[in-house]
Amino acid sequence: MSNIKSNKDWLFEITPKNNFFSLNFKEIWQYRDLLFLFVKRDVITVYKQTVLGPLWYLIQPLFTSVTFTIIFNNVAGINTGTIPPFLFNLAGVTVWNYFTACLNGTSDTFKANANIFGKVYFPRIITPLSVVISNLIKFGIQFIIFIVFYIFYYIKGANLGVNWLVLFFPILIAVMGLLGLGLGMLISSMVTKYRDLSNLVTFGVQLLMYLSAVMYPMALVVDKLPKFGWLVHYNPLAYIIETARFMLLNTGEISILGLGYTLLVTVAVFFGGILIFNKTEKSFIDTV
Amino acid sequence: MEKDIILKAENISKQYRLGQVGTGTLSHDLNRWWHQIRGKENPYLKIGDTNDRSTKGTSDYVWALQDINFEVERGEVLGIIGKNGAGKSTLLKILSKVTAPTTGTIKSRGRIASLLEVGTGFNGEMTGRENIFLNGAILGMTKKEITSKLDEIIDFSGCERYIDTPVKRYSSGMTVRLAFAVAAFLEPEVLVVDEVLAVGDAEFQKKAIGKMQDISRTGGRTVLFVSHNMAAVKSLCTRGIVLEHGKVVLDSEIDRAVSYYLGGSDTERSNSKKFKNLKNEIFSLNEIGLQNFDKSFDDPLIENEKIELITKINFNTDDAPRYIITYHLYNEEGEPLFSFSNSSSDVVLKKGENYLKCVFPEYFFQSGNFSLSIFIVEDKRQSIFMERDIIHFTVVDGGRDFGVYMGREPGFIRPKFDWYLN
Repeated sequence: MSNIKSNKDWLFEITPKNNFFSLNFKEIWQYRDLLFLFVKRDVITVYKQTVLGPLWYLIQPLFTSVTFTIIFNNVAGINTGTIPPFLFNLAGVTVWNYFTACLNGTSDTFKANANIFGKVYFPRIITPLSVVISNLIKFGIQFIIFIVFYIFYYIKGANLGVNWLVLFFPILIAVMGLLGLGLGMLISSMVTKYRDLSNLVTFGVQLLMYLSAVMYPMALVVDKLPKFGWLVHYNPLAYIIETARFMLLNTGEISILGLGYTLLVTVAVFFGGILIFNKTEKSFIDTV
Repeated sequence: MEKDIILKAENISKQYRLGQVGTGTLSHDLNRWWHQIRGKENPYLKIGDTNDRSTKGTSDYVWALQDINFEVERGEVLGIIGKNGAGKSTLLKILSKVTAPTTGTIKSRGRIASLLEVGTGFNGEMTGRENIFLNGAILGMTKKEITSKLDEIIDFSGCERYIDTPVKRYSSGMTVRLAFAVAAFLEPEVLVVDEVLAVGDAEFQKKAIGKMQDISRTGGRTVLFVSHNMAAVKSLCTRGIVLEHGKVVLDSEIDRAVSYYLGGSDTERSNSKKFKNLKNEIFSLNEIGLQNFDKSFDDPLIENEKIELITKINFNTDDAPRYIITYHLYNEEGEPLFSFSNSSSDVVLKKGENYLKCVFPEYFFQSGNFSLSIFIVEDKRQSIFMERDIIHFTVVDGGRDFGVYMGREPGFIRPKFDWYLN
């Protein structure tokens, strides 16, 4: 009798390997409060004991945009058409910032949280998810400042228009978040063993920005550097930023093919990220 | 009777790679991967030495745990004991899902919560109240659960006045109290606890142990407990498993497990000694040993029972009554504590075999290491024989009552005196 009982109804098992592809949604749902608290922690602790507080969220994109405007538009003479260069850059920088924040925040998940992960179990994916969500809040604040400048230029009489496709803007941001999350999970998993990667990420992200059409229209690269235009064309991020500007400022072009390609890459990277992340989370603590 | 097994470990093993993780890693990884895609076994799983840190092994891989099997019944408090490096922490890490076993499975019928450290994830910038929620959620509680227990937690921690102050302004003691308070209100079916009771002052320890007792006794919950404090282990646990070099060497009721651990692990320090060469024409000293009342020399000496010092000595002369035996007691730092001899009693030595017994009352020695020097004195005037540190012995903690201080009192003896109230 006891034998029969002991062979069934185990609540769970701890085994050497995860199922090949297990994302335990039920478990993540159970820990939703933790996700919320992590987001809260990230948001309220970043600028504690600073004088300007959340204003720092705004200062960084504004100053970056001003610098870009001076260097790329005034000095280098990149033409942004009827769109005021500052607004053009601000749109690119705001969207790009969300991606880098997601990538940077998630790419050292295991290393940065080793002390917590080494002591207690919770679904590890909660941590990168919380990074993506808390950065979404930061993005929201930065986006408001974009809208403020948009209205400012509109009143000043600039020729601005919004494309109706802007309704899909949230989806575009979600795709960007997923891409950052997926890439971040991939890198964070590999960093546990090979620390070299974390060096690569820091300056790799900076270089990537120049390939992502942040401060120039995509068409310009093809125009001026036909030989290297493919670099930008194979970069899914360039499509996201170009499309974002198309939606918000009605400038540039929208490429269905490019967006389809971006979506495909995002899905591949995201699921690849989860796969490796799941494999790593089981025993990374032995190697980190 | 049918057993209600809540947790079952089957053939748990854990292998670690020693040394630096460097360039060799990549080649090992590739080799492992190459074996895997051809459907072959991991080549590095076969090699590996047992986990003995004092010997130099030949392999880069080591088994921290090997073939661990045990079952835990619902409501049982299992103590896991062993020396440093025996694999206790690794086992706890596997149980709490922090790291995966290399082979084997653990099956559980209940939610496992682990307390390998108090205050995991505490953030200094956040207030005590915010940290209660964050830490509680990390340990697996929902916000609703925490909210319903918030007042109790704050009350238990005794930090009410500072609860809305950032934790970085807390003293370290306060942080620990707050952290333990959160953990104390966890309500999992299985609780895994590492050496966390060693924190805080005596008053708080008392509270913490009392709470642990509540959890297991009245809450009917299962606890797996690791500690080096044998007094705490003995008081809390009902069963114990002893780990040595990554293997289970004993699985029994707790008293036997503790005795085994204390007796078996330190063979150099024996509580008795036989002599062959300590003799002359007057006497021959055969054996000196210490034991608890009704126990033998092989059992550990427990502080809260009577301890007998036994001296076996032969006298070859009719003058035996002229001699007395004096001992000097030293603590482990070699400081003399006091001397004692049979001259203060009616005992007179006789010709032939003497089985001399000196009895210390219960609770006389503090747990610790001691040594004795012996003097054989003629006519209370001059010693004819003297041997320093003739025997070393160790007194260990017995179990104590629930809810009392588990730490060590100061000093080396703690006699019970008669007290009167006039």
